[in-house]
Amino acid sequence: MRIGDFHASYRHDEALFDTRVQRAWLGVLLAALAAFPFVGGSYFVYLACLLGIHLISAAGLNIMTGYTGLISLGHAAFMGVGCYTVAVAEKASIPFYLALPLAGLVSAAIGLVVGIPSLRIKGLYFAVATLAAQFVLGFVFREWESVTGGVRGANVPAASLFGFELAGDQRIYFLIVPLAVVMLLGARNLFRTRVGRAFIAIRDRDISAEVLGISLFHHKLLAFAIGSFYAGVAGGLWGYFFRVATPELFGLPLSVFYLAAIIVGGLGSILGTILGATFMTMVPEVLRALVAWAEALGVQEAGVFLASIRQVVFGLLIVGFLIFEPHGLAEIWRRVRRFFHLWPFRT
Amino acid sequence: MDWLLLAEFSLVGLLSGGVLALIALGFVLVYKGTRVINFAMGEFMMVGAYLFWTTHVFLKLPWWAALALTLVGIAGLGAVVERFVLRPLAGQPVISIVMATIGLGAVLHGAAEAIWGGANLALPEILPRKPLILGEVLLPGQVLWSFALAVALIAGFTAYFHWSKGGVSMRAAASDPVTAYAMGIDVRRTQRLTWIFAGVTGAVAGIIVASMTSLSPTLGTVALGVLAVIILGGLDSIAGAIIAGLIVGWLESITVAFIGGQARDVVPYLVVLVILMVRPYGLFGTRDIERL
Amino acid sequence: MNILEAEGLTLSFGGIHALADVSIAVPKGGITAIIGPNGAGKTSLFNAISGFYRPSRGTIRFDGADITRVPGHARAALGLARTFQNVALFRGMTVLDNIKLGGHHRLRAGALGAMWYLGRAAAEESRLREEIEREVIDFLEIDHIRDLPIDALAYGLQKRVELARALAMRPKVLLLDEPVAGMNREETEDMARFILDIQEERGITVMLVEHDMGLVMDISSHVVVLNFGSVIASGTPAEVRANPAVIAAYLGERAAKQRAA
Repeated sequence: MRIGDFHASYRHDEALFDTRVQRAWLGVLLAALAAFPFVGGSYFVYLACLLGIHLISAAGLNIMTGYTGLISLGHAAFMGVGCYTVAVAEKASIPFYLALPLAGLVSAAIGLVVGIPSLRIKGLYFAVATLAAQFVLGFVFREWESVTGGVRGANVPAASLFGFELAGDQRIYFLIVPLAVVMLLGARNLFRTRVGRAFIAIRDRDISAEVLGISLFHHKLLAFAIGSFYAGVAGGLWGYFFRVATPELFGLPLSVFYLAAIIVGGLGSILGTILGATFMTMVPEVLRALVAWAEALGVQEAGVFLASIRQVVFGLLIVGFLIFEPHGLAEIWRRVRRFFHLWPFRT
Repeated sequence: MDWLLLAEFSLVGLLSGGVLALIALGFVLVYKGTRVINFAMGEFMMVGAYLFWTTHVFLKLPWWAALALTLVGIAGLGAVVERFVLRPLAGQPVISIVMATIGLGAVLHGAAEAIWGGANLALPEILPRKPLILGEVLLPGQVLWSFALAVALIAGFTAYFHWSKGGVSMRAAASDPVTAYAMGIDVRRTQRLTWIFAGVTGAVAGIIVASMTSLSPTLGTVALGVLAVIILGGLDSIAGAIIAGLIVGWLESITVAFIGGQARDVVPYLVVLVILMVRPYGLFGTRDIERL
Repeated sequence: MNILEAEGLTLSFGGIHALADVSIAVPKGGITAIIGPNGAGKTSLFNAISGFYRPSRGTIRFDGADITRVPGHARAALGLARTFQNVALFRGMTVLDNIKLGGHHRLRAGALGAMWYLGRAAAEESRLREEIEREVIDFLEIDHIRDLPIDALAYGLQKRVELARALAMRPKVLLLDEPVAGMNREETEDMARFILDIQEERGITVMLVEHDMGLVMDISSHVVVLNFGSVIASGTPAEVRANPAVIAAYLGERAAKQRAA
């Protein structure tokens, strides 16, 4: 048990990882992440890459929806923008370290086009504008064949650095996972500063935000741009990882998937983003395993139902968490931690 | 431009907008009755149409018995949704409730796909086909009849909402639940009734749409487009909802005629984005800007 | 010299005048109290000054500049801070984060700098933290609650936190809307002491709306009386107390005549 922390200075109090123990754990975690692709099996390395992409995208959505209170129903479409941007950039032989930021920027720019008119007015208009963006962008992905390859989609070449191809899960891992760590830290840092505090103030919908000198429109737009940037980068990574961009990947169900991730994890919490994205990455895998098991037991064609069962489970998770644990897994985690901190003394 | 073609497609579009107006009415009823925006409205449509397919086509019941069973089933679904999803969330922020209806939509969509499969099914054509010929314009019978049916239903619901005791309590419960409760109105009952009504309007609209096209789990997607357009006009106006439905119907018809079928579904959203850019305060122009 | 002047302010909602041709002058460095019966337009006046409502007529001058058309959020940077009648704190944040929001308009970090949390962003955050600890938290004696969520606090403390947040803005003029409403005697005395200290030691001009006449008469240097959206009297506390129109407004016409007789 730990008895409490005593800080020598305010600067120390403001630090993110304040105790030596926490710093040590952080070191262990980073070392484990670096060693993982060499010791983890190929399936788990694949999962880690997928999780990294989901983490970045979910963090972006949580910045908008969880922290700032803007419901986005078009997050997947903004990932799509990033993915296609990378596909096009690679064709123009732009290297990945330029293409990825470009993917984020293009996505953020389209976010501004949708956000500028809708964020001036009611929150609901924003939800509808993002829903509209979801369908309109999906239409563009399907129909603008010369750029996107239409329904057949576009191939994305492997990312390469000085002729070294980041092909295969084990290599692309070293692009995705460090980027996920950096972008999560960025999101966490954001909420230690004036910008993040302003976002939360806007979410809490109090009339005093404006009196404090917070420009509502400016900050809502900023939150949306940051969220879209994260989605764009995640979409770009998606392209380099799966090497293909097709319209149906980035449809409404994927937007709902990310909403589910942040609700299950915890709205307005970086820890919640991590827990939620991890949980939601595992759900389809567990379902797939269950279906395989059912088929082995002789249930005919259980696999046919996989997609629909997945959707039912996502929906149930959203509704269930909203009703029974609105603060998500992050809250459960905190409860467990508090219990062990004080253990064996009960509070 | 071919003016005759324009007139014909405009008329057909407006008439097929009748069903969409019925869907819009479902949104508005729920919003007025419980202050909830029901993103699962399209799924109510779809489930209603599947229930009708099951009773009528699969179990071969006569159409009136099938319709009665469908309406009972969908009313039950509405009541269950109100009791187990919406009521536990009462008092939560709007964002939670909106997301709960999105989750509900995913559940219904996935469940329908698991039960009935993803393939297109056909409902028999219930409405008469015989077209009406006005001079050189030909109006398909199904479209005409669906319009008539929708108008009758909308008129009925509106009358109920405005004049009957139940309708008045629904409105009272929506605008001020606490006072309504103090006045002896059973707020829970009226809210349950609201969701049942929404289910019924959705199911009828779903059956009509499915009988004119085909039935698949994505049948309800059109409802989101209608929602997008209604929000521009304001969610608490029945008149606005009807207009929104007609506008979407007209737009879709014109798009099919002059641009092509693949753009049909995306047009309402495009219009919404354009309107937001040009006239951000909506079609009906109230500068009702929310503080924060 | 007046730091804040309103001239001919008119504000109406659906035909009802919340403010009708209100003109006031707030001298720099003093404590000006706005009093009046319920519905007299006191809070409407505050809302017009802080930019929530745009008056249909009239002008507001602050520190020598016309701010009638300046949007609400930009007035904070000019040096206007306020508190609310019903505490308006952010319930999803701790006391410390609420107070830090007061420093929002003084900090400059952009989103990108904030994400790296190096250099300026980190430096200005730790500077803000030190300033707040020194100027606000110690001063208002709230160091024991800084890490608590708002909901954990008693009402009187919430009001104090709201004052802390307004002070963290380093305002030139501080508008306090019923600072002691709902407080017990001891809390009221603490608050009165804080308000006087704010004015005397920091030279911040204070404007307050308050129903507690004892407090108003004790600490104000200048009193403005509103009734039905119009100014019916203004002057020193003693002058206002003796004004027949004020007595009439508060006690009714008959009582006023009885008193005069």
